[in-house]
Amino acid sequence: MFSWCTDPDTLEGLAWLSCYLTTGKHMAFYRSFGTVMVLLLVTAPVALAFGFAGAMAARAHFAPLRWLGKGYTAVVRGVPDIAFFLFFVIALDQGIEYLRHKIKCPDWSEPIRQGNDFVVCPAAKMPLSSAPQWVHETYGFALAVVTFAIVFGAFAANVLYGGMRAVPRAQMETAEAYGMSRRQAFWRIMVPQMWVYALPGLGNLWMILIKATPLLFLLGIEDIVYWARELGGSKTSAFAYPHPDWRLYYFLALLVFYLLLTRVSEIVLDRLMARLAHGQATSGAKSGGRAADKGLAI
Amino acid sequence: MKKLFIAAAALALSAGMSMAQTVRMGTEGAYPPYNFINDAGEVDGFERELGDELCKRAGLTCEWVTNDWDSIIPNLVSGNYDTIIAGMSITPERDEVIDFTQEYIPGSPSAYVALSDDVDTKGGVIAAQTSTIQAGYVADSGATLVEFATADETIAAVRNGEADAVLADKDFLAPIVAESNGELRFVGEDVVIGGGVGMGLRESDTELKEKFNAAIQSMKDDGSLNAMIRKWFGDDAQTF
Repeated sequence: MFSWCTDPDTLEGLAWLSCYLTTGKHMAFYRSFGTVMVLLLVTAPVALAFGFAGAMAARAHFAPLRWLGKGYTAVVRGVPDIAFFLFFVIALDQGIEYLRHKIKCPDWSEPIRQGNDFVVCPAAKMPLSSAPQWVHETYGFALAVVTFAIVFGAFAANVLYGGMRAVPRAQMETAEAYGMSRRQAFWRIMVPQMWVYALPGLGNLWMILIKATPLLFLLGIEDIVYWARELGGSKTSAFAYPHPDWRLYYFLALLVFYLLLTRVSEIVLDRLMARLAHGQATSGAKSGGRAADKGLAI
Repeated sequence: MKKLFIAAAALALSAGMSMAQTVRMGTEGAYPPYNFINDAGEVDGFERELGDELCKRAGLTCEWVTNDWDSIIPNLVSGNYDTIIAGMSITPERDEVIDFTQEYIPGSPSAYVALSDDVDTKGGVIAAQTSTIQAGYVADSGATLVEFATADETIAAVRNGEADAVLADKDFLAPIVAESNGELRFVGEDVVIGGGVGMGLRESDTELKEKFNAAIQSMKDDGSLNAMIRKWFGDDAQTF
C-alpha cells in the first residue's frame, strides 16, 4: 500500500501498524463491512415484501391461500435459524441445479444421486465451475438474501398481520359506508394506518436482522466475523506480519460497529414512528411521541 | 427474487459459451504451513504450491476456494468444489464418504503441546480441532476432549488455560512452539494416527482422481515433491 511497506520485517511502531492495517487481507475485511450493509439494505425490503404477502395471504378469504400464509409463518418461525440456513440453502441450491440439469442435459444417463454425491452435468452447475470467483460469491450472496428474506419475512408477516388487525374496525366500517370495495378499503384505509401499529415489531426485527448477519459465514460468505477471527488469530512468521492472538481487539471493533449500527437504527426508527403517528389518536402514537422526544433530545 | 431470476437467466445464457473444465480446489485456509490466507488475502502455503504444480502437470485450470473445515466434506459431495486439498489424512471413515488420491505427505506424527511439562495427556483436558483424526484420538484416549472450529482456537485455549494441552499435527505446531519464546512446549510422546495426507475427491469423479494420481506420481518420481515438503516443513520432515 505505502511506499515503505516493501519489507515488513524492518518496520516498527506506527509504520508497521500502517502497513499491517492496509494489507490485502485487511482490505477484504473492510470490504466485508460493505457486504454486511448491502445485505441488510437489500434483505430488509425483500423480507418486508415477503411479510406483506404472507400477512395478506393469512387474511385471505380463499381458504387454501390462507392456509399457505398461516403455514408459512408457522413453519419458518418454528424452525431454528441455523437449521434453516444449513438445510434450506443446500436444498434450494440443489433444486436449482436439478431443474437446470433436466432442461440442459436431457440425454444424461447417469443418476444424479450417486451414493453421497450430488452429480449434475457440467452445464447445469450453478454457477458454472468455470465462472470466475465473483460470480460464485454473488450467487452465494443472492442465496443468502433469499434465505434471510424468507426467515425474516415470516416474522414480519406475523407483525404486519397483527398491525392490520389493530386498525380499529370502525375505520373499515366507515370506509364501507362510503361505498369503498373491500380492496379499496384495504389499500386506502387499512394499509396507511397499520404501519404505526406494526413499526415497533418491525423495528425489533430489524435489530435482530442486524445481529443475525454473522450467519452469512454458514453460506460461505466471508463476513466481518469471519475476517475478525481470521485476522485476529495468532500469526507465526509464515506470515509477513506475525503477531500474537489479537482477536480481542478485532472483536472490540466489531462490538463498536454493531452498537453504532443499532444506535443509528434506533434514532431513525424513533423519527419514523413520530412521523407515522402524527395526528393519530392511538396508543402507538402516544408512545411514539415520547420516543420521538427522546430521539430529538440526543 | 427478481434479481435472482435475472442473474439465473444471465448465467443460463452464458452457459453454452465455454465448457472448458475448471477444477475448483477446496481448502480451509487456516492451517499454516499446509494452507493459510496470506497477507494479500490469497490462499498460500505448501498445498497452494503443490496444488498449482499438480494442476499444471495434469493440464487443468484450477481455482482456489476456502471453506470451513467442519463442512468441507458435505460441500465437496454436494458439488460446491471438486477437490479437498487441506491437510486431510486418509482414514477409513472418510474413505467411505469420499475418495482419496495417493498420499502427497507421508504419515506424519501428531504431538501434544502445553504450557508446562507436567500435563496429564491421558486424563486432562485436551483441545483438538473438530472432525480431525486428533479429536477422535483424544476422545478414545480417556482424556476430556474440547473441540474448536479452527486449529488456531485450540492453541488459544491452551494459552488461556481452557485446555491443559492441544493435540495437532506436529508440522503445524512446530513453528508455533518455536516462536512462543519458551511459553509453549511439546509434552509426552509423539503419536502416529492415521495414514498420510491425500487429496479428497467425490467418489464419482474417478477420471479426475486418476489425473491427480498421475501428477502426484510424477512429482514423487522426479523428487520435486520431496523438495517441496522440505521447503515448507523443514529438513527433518518425513519424505517419500
